[in-house]
Amino acid sequence: MPAKRSLTKQIWLQRYLMILTLPAVIWILLFSYVPMYGLIIVFQDYTPFQGFIHSPWVGFDNFRELFADPTFRESLSNTFKMSIAKLVFGFPAPIILALLLNELVFKRFKRIVQSLTYLPYFVSWVLVVGFMYTLLDPDTGVITKLLVRLGLIENGTMLMGDAHAFLALAVITEVWKNIGWNSIIYLAAIAGIDPQLYEAAVVDGANRFQRVWHITLPSLKPTIIILLILSIGGLVSANFDQLFLMQNSMTQDAANVLAVYSYKMGLVSGRFSYGTAVGLFQSLVAFILMYVANYTSRKISKESLF
Amino acid sequence: MNITSRSWSSRGFDLLNVILLTALCIVTLYPFYNIVITSLNDPTDAARGGITLWPRVFSIDNYRIVFKDNQIVHAFFITVARTIVGTATAVLFTGAFAYGISKSELVGRRIFLMLAIVTMYFGGGIIPYYLLIAKYLHLKGDFLVYIIPNLFNVFNAIIMLTFFRTLPKDTEESAKIDGANDLRIFFRLVLPVSKPVLATIALYNAVSHWNAWYDAMLFGNDNLLTLQQILMQIISSNSNVSQLASQLGYGAVNSTSLKLATMVITTLPIVFTYPFIQKYFVQGVMIGSVKG
Repeated sequence: MPAKRSLTKQIWLQRYLMILTLPAVIWILLFSYVPMYGLIIVFQDYTPFQGFIHSPWVGFDNFRELFADPTFRESLSNTFKMSIAKLVFGFPAPIILALLLNELVFKRFKRIVQSLTYLPYFVSWVLVVGFMYTLLDPDTGVITKLLVRLGLIENGTMLMGDAHAFLALAVITEVWKNIGWNSIIYLAAIAGIDPQLYEAAVVDGANRFQRVWHITLPSLKPTIIILLILSIGGLVSANFDQLFLMQNSMTQDAANVLAVYSYKMGLVSGRFSYGTAVGLFQSLVAFILMYVANYTSRKISKESLF
Repeated sequence: MNITSRSWSSRGFDLLNVILLTALCIVTLYPFYNIVITSLNDPTDAARGGITLWPRVFSIDNYRIVFKDNQIVHAFFITVARTIVGTATAVLFTGAFAYGISKSELVGRRIFLMLAIVTMYFGGGIIPYYLLIAKYLHLKGDFLVYIIPNLFNVFNAIIMLTFFRTLPKDTEESAKIDGANDLRIFFRLVLPVSKPVLATIALYNAVSHWNAWYDAMLFGNDNLLTLQQILMQIISSNSNVSQLASQLGYGAVNSTSLKLATMVITTLPIVFTYPFIQKYFVQGVMIGSVKG
């Protein structure tokens, strides 16, 4: 078999290239594919003692239990409420910021605003939640004091312990943390627009607002659509880090989204199979949503991710 | 866009725009500023509240308390260690893979690349991952749990791959004719000319190591506490501060001090390296988006 011999020879000649590449290939198989294989525990009643191989098979029992579980239904509805609120307010925010930044006459000021608004992206959610507890402290918090003075809340309100304020706080802090960073991609797209389009518009007598409406926004459309499809795919993930860290004994019902419920069931209560079923359900919904968004977009606007 | 005469409404908009964006900057920066000034205020006085623009009674007591706390000092060193070791190893490990994949003659190249790309879209989720690390690899409670699972990142690999493909081939080929092997070429020729992409990926890794709390919560123990994890513990017991303070052996006031000073210490490295981080991160986003 000359072909096979030459393959072996080829690999031998590439042995140093293989030394560079193969460790990561093994890493990928171990840390990404073994957990994928581990998903079979959703069809088992997994116990760590019996392991993947000897745990009893239970078919779809975990999913049957899931759909009858009121806490799961609540977490599903929380997830959608949270995600839709974040999409409605969080998605347009960086687009508006990019448009405003682009209209700035002083380019230096533009760079300063950009640099400063990227900063929160680089700090952890742990720190942001720390900010929240400090600024919203019922006795000493600066924002609490401000809201009291504006007559919006009563003196001594602990906003972080208010389940009704949870959603709003989650949306506001998410926008605060990511608005600057997410505007980069739109700014890059705006920078790529042909200046001749604007020049022609000026000749035709279009004012600034007309130029933004008829040139900038239409040119951003492909970028906006791609990012919208991605956001819709991320709708059900609802940012575990933020909600998990923000919650406390008074707000845990409001913070109960799928990702948090999966974690609590699987790793806190030790119901590994059930928690995995919640997580897998979340991934499936995410995938379906992204697929539908992509399909709809391809039909309506001819733009699509895949 | 040369517009010599701007209309009044246009100028009005310019003014409004500057005001809006200035307000955004203030809203962005104020939380950082507030933490710094409150942490520099006398802790007993700070409990009265009302510190908005500058410290009322200046004091560095909060920092004295923090630096006396052995647990926090230990966590600081653990965090620095995982950031340095984790970043260096991940850049090399991911870079080596990306370099190998960038060679079109590599046997199995397409399969390796596909294996990597699939993981961008599909994964096992957190519970099978936890079981793998804790029950099968027995990495729980080992410092290596911060390093090994973070060695590789597919997004970083693709950014590096895109960069390696742009390198001119002739120097490598002539080195090969002179008898240098691929390992030597990678370390002696390729890495030195790849500093911009290495810096970008190093910063990505460093920031994510510095900010990581989840793996510390799942897989760490008292000896492996990181700064973020300590901060999280202090914050999550915030609703019953006095309980935590007594656990740690401080009064309620000191527990708040502990929180503020730890927050500042946790943030400072990010803020100080921020100019570099920002520059290289934006570069990374651009490479990533061109590719995507």
